[in-house]
Amino acid sequence: MAERVIAGRAIVPGEAEGEALVTSEALSFWGGYDFQTGTIIDTRHPLVGVRAAGRVLAVPFSKGSSTTTAVLLESVRAGTAPAAILTTGVDSFFALASIVADVMYGKSFPVVALEAEDFESLKTGMRIVVSPSGAIQLL
Amino acid sequence: MLNGERGAAAQLAMSILVRMAPVCGASSLMDITQAHIDSTLYLGDATLEFAERLAALGARVAVPTSLNVSGVDECGWKDWAVPPEWAAKAARQMVAYERMGAVPTWTCAPYQTQLRPSFGQQIAWGESNAIAFANSVIGARTERYPDLLDICCAITGRAPAAGLHLTENRAGQLLIRLVGVPLPVQQDDQFFAVLGHLVGQLAQDRVPVVDGLVVRPPEDQLKAFAAAVASSGRVALCHLVGITPEAPTVADAFQRRAPESTRDLTMADLRSARDELTTADGDRLDMVILGSPHFSVEEFRRLAPLVAGKRRHPDVKFLVTSSRLMRELAAEAGVLAPVVEFGAQITLDTCILTSPMLPPEIKTLMTNSAKYAYYAPSLLNTRVTFGSLADCVRSAVDGHVVRDDSAWRSA
Repeated sequence: MAERVIAGRAIVPGEAEGEALVTSEALSFWGGYDFQTGTIIDTRHPLVGVRAAGRVLAVPFSKGSSTTTAVLLESVRAGTAPAAILTTGVDSFFALASIVADVMYGKSFPVVALEAEDFESLKTGMRIVVSPSGAIQLL
Repeated sequence: MLNGERGAAAQLAMSILVRMAPVCGASSLMDITQAHIDSTLYLGDATLEFAERLAALGARVAVPTSLNVSGVDECGWKDWAVPPEWAAKAARQMVAYERMGAVPTWTCAPYQTQLRPSFGQQIAWGESNAIAFANSVIGARTERYPDLLDICCAITGRAPAAGLHLTENRAGQLLIRLVGVPLPVQQDDQFFAVLGHLVGQLAQDRVPVVDGLVVRPPEDQLKAFAAAVASSGRVALCHLVGITPEAPTVADAFQRRAPESTRDLTMADLRSARDELTTADGDRLDMVILGSPHFSVEEFRRLAPLVAGKRRHPDVKFLVTSSRLMRELAAEAGVLAPVVEFGAQITLDTCILTSPMLPPEIKTLMTNSAKYAYYAPSLLNTRVTFGSLADCVRSAVDGHVVRDDSAWRSA
């Protein structure tokens, strides 16, 4: 397939590259993500059992617990965070985790908001390059 | 504050807030007059390092601040499977937040403490159930604050001027109408938890408005609703028409605008939502667990006559998670003793989801909490039966799951 670039809005700017992991279902990281292994553990979520560490995770938004941010911070510290998170709306939980990870550990991950139709065009397994501008390159 | 005039901790907290304000869609910060800190949950080294860094920098909260559950029951953890290293680190995290001058409420139901906010009060609260309760039941105004940001707001006394702090963002978007849901079902003590579970799924990222309630439930039912709606969804405000202070009518809930969409809920929807909360099959039962959000004195008052003169089955544990304040009030009211004599254990300051306390042999739970029912399968690798308070007691006595479904089946 030909290479394609979609314009996203960089909520937390940064660079990342990885294999896409795409879901249309919102996710709570607390009760939904094991930061020791980087695996999705929410038994009600379609991606249960799938490892998201190091991948470009496309999830429309966070839901549930306020502790999603803390789980993500732990995962950055443990090296098990997604390489980047792509959302539909602006999700302040994901953004905060990345900003605090930057403050605490000098490590962050890009968070990019996409238009709904662009989000829907993403497929698991695509190779994705995230640029600081928010541009998403699909390889 | 950014230049460090109010100390290094305020500077750090403000630097995070300033980066978050544009993310939240705010062009400025605003004053808040109360905070509730969910960052108290110990998860691992990162949450502890964040707390201890702030404390070491001399952080002090600038507004009255309550503390959510921690990762350990300081007095009771040795009765359970909590690893000593976990207990020590979780206790260190508690000390860090206490040092900042917050009130050690250690509860996920801060709205049932002396720090209950008032209608219209601008607050910065973490803990999803508390956020939903504050907005929907009290009419206080808080955005859905995540862990780590709640404490930054408390230290600075400021929050992004955005989201649910602003009147225009509090309007309903999705109208949910109860159709043919009879009074006996609405009066059943499982109803509001089931309704919350369903509304959370339907609302997605919109503000829901529920019309058709014909009951004025006790506050603990609304607590159960808030916990459920904020677990299955991301709901921070739900207008319950006739209950939510801003929603005496449907038109008020929508601020006189038209709903974006409308969905009718029937008994069939509610039955399937209730069924979904049960992930166990068969009637095996290892433990009854009550108290998410934390059990209140009123709930102890309801439980006491149900257990009086009875004894739990020796093979079934019976655990109530609550706060120090509520245990004390229950003891004073004489409603704690029958619960303890029944064979119940009480865990304070934390819960089974936030402290690794359950031994591995506990595989099947029963609860009246939609929040426990929602999270326990993923977090604890357990199966759960959801039922009424009376069903939970009866099952604990009989030693296996017993449920009275008559109100739900006949309607």
